[in-house]
Amino acid sequence: MTIPQTARLTRDFVEALSSEKGEPRWMRDHRLHCLAVFEKTPLPRFGPDLSALDLSDLAYYARPVEPVRSWDDLPEEIRRTFLALRLPEAEQKALAGLGAQVDSEVVYRSLLAEVRAQGVIFASMDQAVKDHPWIQDYFMKTIPPEDNKFAALHGAVWSGGTFIWVPPGVEVAVPLQAYYRMQTEAVGQFEHTLIVAEPGSSLHYIEGCSAPRFARSALHSGMVEIVAKEGSKVRFTTVQNWSKNVYNLNNKRALAYAHAAVDWVSGSLGSKVTMLYPTTVLLGPGARTENLSFTFSQDGMWLDTGARAVHRAPGTTSRLISRSVVQGTGRSVFRGTVHVHPEAKGAKAHVECSTLLLTPEARTETIPILRAETDDVELGHEATVGKVSQDQLFYLMSRGLSEAQAMSLIVNGFVSPILKEIPLEYAVELRGILEMSFEKAIG
Amino acid sequence: MSVLVIEGLHVEVGGKPVLRGVDLALEPGQVHALMGPNGSGKSTLALALAGEPGYTVTRGRATLDGEDLLSLPPHERARKGLFLAFQYPPEIEGVSLREFLRLACAERGQGFCEFQRSYPHALRRLRMEGFDGRELNVGFSGGEKKRSELLQLYLLRPKVALLDEPDSGVDVDALRLIAEAIRELAEGGTAVLIITHYPRILEHVPPSEVFVLDGGSIVERGGPELAHRIGEEGFEVIRR
Repeated sequence: MTIPQTARLTRDFVEALSSEKGEPRWMRDHRLHCLAVFEKTPLPRFGPDLSALDLSDLAYYARPVEPVRSWDDLPEEIRRTFLALRLPEAEQKALAGLGAQVDSEVVYRSLLAEVRAQGVIFASMDQAVKDHPWIQDYFMKTIPPEDNKFAALHGAVWSGGTFIWVPPGVEVAVPLQAYYRMQTEAVGQFEHTLIVAEPGSSLHYIEGCSAPRFARSALHSGMVEIVAKEGSKVRFTTVQNWSKNVYNLNNKRALAYAHAAVDWVSGSLGSKVTMLYPTTVLLGPGARTENLSFTFSQDGMWLDTGARAVHRAPGTTSRLISRSVVQGTGRSVFRGTVHVHPEAKGAKAHVECSTLLLTPEARTETIPILRAETDDVELGHEATVGKVSQDQLFYLMSRGLSEAQAMSLIVNGFVSPILKEIPLEYAVELRGILEMSFEKAIG
Repeated sequence: MSVLVIEGLHVEVGGKPVLRGVDLALEPGQVHALMGPNGSGKSTLALALAGEPGYTVTRGRATLDGEDLLSLPPHERARKGLFLAFQYPPEIEGVSLREFLRLACAERGQGFCEFQRSYPHALRRLRMEGFDGRELNVGFSGGEKKRSELLQLYLLRPKVALLDEPDSGVDVDALRLIAEAIRELAEGGTAVLIITHYPRILEHVPPSEVFVLDGGSIVERGGPELAHRIGEEGFEVIRR
């Protein structure tokens, strides 16, 4: 199917998309249902201004590039980006898999034999939908289209992404990773990631994004659904560095059954607008979640992020920690939401958000929403806003560090509680990005 | 030949003149002492030389190895070989002592391998082995901060070291340790200026020259016996 770049989102388009992909009937029906929900759902009534976003101006689905099988078959440009991001090194260090999504199709994928031998399924979402009919029981059951407009849009036009199933009791020793970027101008990217961790299993999944700059605004609206069954552990790490014209509007949600642990680690460095609120619903007794978020808002950016924990069982715990750095005319908003239902006796929740403002024009807001429907609960909340102290800057400079180096060191120190949870290769990249931005700003 | 030369230095802080024409010179490999009562301008001299933005030089000059120092930003003064051990070093959260020192040493031209050798040695020298994994000055006691300054000084091996009250808040054992490190540094060729109002540390590190600052200018110069006299009779000796 050749998709015109001026495609409009219509029923015909969605049907053609589904048939081109050779999808089962249930998926086609799901897409059409999502489209109907999308059409009657208004834009979110909170957060950044999205009026400049003209959904009808977007080609929702980009033509796939021919699949490649090995590293050498990757397009030169992609390889260069990988090199700049030090990903080959990461691979050398035996990261289990590497999938690169160019536009909307997975073109490169490798998986270590040992992971396959453990019975783990690590597949492109498109293929998995055809191969495993039981996915129907999970697909968009954690985040239904009725949740919000972008969830519905995603459900109608999603393409690509990753499916991971970890068998009961299997511990995946090395992180699995995928890497997304946008290539074509004004193309939305709607990858779907579904992780099902069977009882007693464990998995760390890493998702990294970066995109070159485009003339027109681009839209990214991915979805991540995680089902962490009894006693399983899932950690989901995202590093996002979209170009400064991208609208990055995502849905991420996990269900944690009894004694399961779900950790979200997010680093947001790029995009024009980001809306991202990874959520964990603690469904079983003793389930726990940790949400570590780092954002760096620069000139003209609005990073509206947050974390949500919904306690629906006794003895559940949540820790929501954020560090925001704001530079130039950037703006950061952190919404830390904890909802403790009446049945969640003995729940514990802690929300902590700290912001470092680097310029007088920088703006920040923290919006904690703590709601407890039982008295048997421990809720903690801390919020701080600070500036870089001139004493600290002078001290570091008196040891021979330039102003940019000194700033970068102080900011790195500020975000270190999050940074130390991010895999080394990404932490190095984050440091480089921070230092570059201070060199530009200070001159 | 003098490594640091200060001539007719006038410095203002918040629009108020503090130094009113300071002249002094430091010799390589020698220990010098700058003494003076509270508020005489000792710390102002050190901070102005290091380039603290709040300290404005209105007249005079300062050169390091004959090159003008005052037109340079603080980090370039440091890269040329000037070091200030702070009286009150700030705490910097999340920044590891080791990582910070590695960066600073790299800017002084020390390679990674050299640092791998010199760093553990310096930690042992200052008996700071237990501080390796710590964040820069975070939670350090007053005396520990002074030792951390000496550790940095010891690793960076500057041409000129200005030490602003390295002895205040320090116990006897730590004082001896600090004094030994300073002596070793001077033996290696560093020109040292110890700023203090107590002669106690100078008993451990005898200075070749003592300057007395009062009212914003040097009012007296002499050998180690001058520090001793101040210890016996107080700063009254310079006012007679």
